[in-house]
Amino acid sequence: MAIEVRIPTILRSYTGGDKAVEGKGDTLGDLFADLDARHGGLRDRLVGGDGSLNRFVNVYLNDEDVRFLGGIETPVSDGDVVTILPAVAGGAAEGTTAGG
Amino acid sequence: MLRIRQELVDEIVAHARRDHPDEACGVITGPAGSNRPERFIPMLNAARSPTFFEFDSQDLFRLYRDVDERDEEIVVIYHSHTATEAYPSRTDIQFGSLSPDSHWVLVSTRDPDDVEFRSFRIADGEVTEEPVEVESTATT
Repeated sequence: MAIEVRIPTILRSYTGGDKAVEGKGDTLGDLFADLDARHGGLRDRLVGGDGSLNRFVNVYLNDEDVRFLGGIETPVSDGDVVTILPAVAGGAAEGTTAGG
Repeated sequence: MLRIRQELVDEIVAHARRDHPDEACGVITGPAGSNRPERFIPMLNAARSPTFFEFDSQDLFRLYRDVDERDEEIVVIYHSHTATEAYPSRTDIQFGSLSPDSHWVLVSTRDPDDVEFRSFRIADGEVTEEPVEVESTATT
């Protein structure tokens, strides 16, 4: 058993084109570190310099946005499905903090 | 080039007018691999802002699941600028680079009597405007 992680098109360059990969860990942070060992560079696209989730991706545990669970500290376990999607946002304001 | 039916253009413009002065946003999906916009899906702007838009995260999850189940792709991602031109901002370029396979459609509602409707490709931080060919709705 493992945790299935669904990868969006934009990040499949890190997984050799695979739409889903498997990993393990007790928290989302552990899981991303585990994935990064096999798919180098992937973690940097998901987690910012401050260790929190990157603004440009949405991460779901099963069907729940992990920002409403425990963020990067969210506990995960075998059989869970983690889905990564690119955030869809934008607008006239310059800079990603504008308007929030 | 973006080829799109007149009625879909009208739907986007109507949505943008309705939500003005806040930005309106949504997608048009089509059969996977077709590059053909067919199914109009207005989305809620979770930011409810005149200068920013963002799909609600649960809506985004459902959208992707639905698109997957129907074997579709997101052909068009559209939004409005309500006080400035229909050209990608720096924020648009940052987020648009995450969806390089979709046409990034912008409308401006700054002029109440006229609408700008333009389409772009955004990839790796680069913006390329593309021609828009509007097809009459009579066929299909």
